[in-house]
Amino acid sequence: MTLQEEFNLPSRIESVDEAASKADDFAKKSGLGDDFISSIDLAVRESVANAVKHGNRFDESKSVEVRLLRNDVGFEMFVRDFGTGFDPEEIPDPTDPANLLKASGRGILFIRAFMDEVDWAEADGGGTIIHMVKRQ
Amino acid sequence: MADINISERQAGDVTILDLEGKVTIGEGSVALRSAIRRLLGEGKNKILLNLGKVGYIDSSGIGELVSSFTAVNKEGGTLKLLNLTQKIQDLLAITKLLTVFDVYDEEPLALASYN
Repeated sequence: MTLQEEFNLPSRIESVDEAASKADDFAKKSGLGDDFISSIDLAVRESVANAVKHGNRFDESKSVEVRLLRNDVGFEMFVRDFGTGFDPEEIPDPTDPANLLKASGRGILFIRAFMDEVDWAEADGGGTIIHMVKRQ
Repeated sequence: MADINISERQAGDVTILDLEGKVTIGEGSVALRSAIRRLLGEGKNKILLNLGKVGYIDSSGIGELVSSFTAVNKEGGTLKLLNLTQKIQDLLAITKLLTVFDVYDEEPLALASYN
């Protein structure tokens, strides 16, 4: 059985909390436990924050699209922005000693640490979709 | 309701900031930044952040801890961390920042370390 929820959010900082709240509710309704939800919560916050800040650059004419899926695999999330795209391989490693004291750049590290699969794709119509999976 | 409450107390020449709430992108991170900058402006550069009641921190919050650390160091001071929850400890481990920060579980030990 697959459960699904989709919603769009404006490109504002406040959307991070809203996305996390919706994802937490969806995960609870679909029977996932607290530790699992804690990981999802962090990943949705970081991915939506990235979409707002880096993808859409706080342009409120661009929305952040979120799709949540609960299925036999576990939990999947898609977060889509309408930015110019990016290459995740070009993001500096924040754990490199040269980067340890930088103030930013850890969001993707967190997403990869708490989700089992993470990949990016160019979205039809422009922008980037991040796809994240956490297996139960 | 604010994301974060920050209260301040003094232990000798060490300023303890007791944080409660969320240190996340937006209000929480900004509040921490403001508090640190204010203390440095007042000449208080021995700072202990008590994170025992921080229920949530994201990458922006971690970034703010790092910025605070470097800002205090730049002023010839020292910033240390107290009472990390397991979650925050895990995040600092993932980011390899446990090698950067001095972290304590007990306040008297933390305060003694400044001398």
